[in-house]
Amino acid sequence: MLKKNEIKVGDTYSEKIVEDLKRTQIVQYAGASGDYNPLHSDDKFTKEIAGYPGVFAHGMLSMGMTGKMLTNFVGDGTLKKYGVRFTNQVWPGDSLESTATIIDIKEENGETLAEIAIETKNQDGATVITGSATAKVG
Amino acid sequence: MSKIKMPVEKSHIMMFARSIGDANPKYYEEKDENVIAPPTFIQSSAQFDPDYFLRPKIGGDNWFGSGKEATGMKSSGSGSGGGGAAMGLHAEQHYEYHQPLKVGDVITAEVKPGKSWEKESKRAGKLKFSESVTEYRNQDGELIITATSVGVVTEKPVEN
Repeated sequence: MLKKNEIKVGDTYSEKIVEDLKRTQIVQYAGASGDYNPLHSDDKFTKEIAGYPGVFAHGMLSMGMTGKMLTNFVGDGTLKKYGVRFTNQVWPGDSLESTATIIDIKEENGETLAEIAIETKNQDGATVITGSATAKVG
Repeated sequence: MSKIKMPVEKSHIMMFARSIGDANPKYYEEKDENVIAPPTFIQSSAQFDPDYFLRPKIGGDNWFGSGKEATGMKSSGSGSGGGGAAMGLHAEQHYEYHQPLKVGDVITAEVKPGKSWEKESKRAGKLKFSESVTEYRNQDGELIITATSVGVVTEKPVEN
């Protein structure tokens, strides 16, 4: 858990959340989450029917991996809110780095909360996720 | 909307945590009461939706992915997964956490349709957004997570 007297607005935390994303990890996510959309595992379908250059990651895989950075930063069981927009697709071979920035620290109903902005970028600097979170602070 | 009844299971949390590459030991604890779930784990409630359209059904009829040939969608669906159809993608996902998920909980989900809107985009033509709000409750009827999902159907594939 973040400590009130150890954080300030503007603090950032970054993590590399995946290096050279493998197709197999996308399949692994499909199996665990139950989302078997062929866009994520079926190259033939994705090229011939959907019109994309090949399979790409579930947005929710990128959100899940970004969530790993987030919980490593704010601690387990402290999240009140976590939300994202998917701004670009994530492809096999991509390497992603995710950053959390504290944008506000406030008191609400007797709790101290940190408001956090989230951004995940690929190896070319393109943003694939923007988001926000609210976490309890100790 | 199909009735979801999801037992929260330790091995499912383990498999989910592996798939997102998260080695946090709290996701792999031996004792049920020590296990916690990753923040996006509830998305895997799709496993327990009997009619979830992004899972091939036993018998294989109507699956839109490729065998010998790529077949394409026969009809587009919608649901808490957000994206879906050949041109359907997941645009946004938001969670509000009210209480922690616990191993042994049995979660039910109630999906409510939300707003829908349209937007023009240079990279993908006309975009049709639709929102759904899902309330996940435990066996005692307590609200555990509220999820808001936004799906988008694009006029053409997104240019990259």
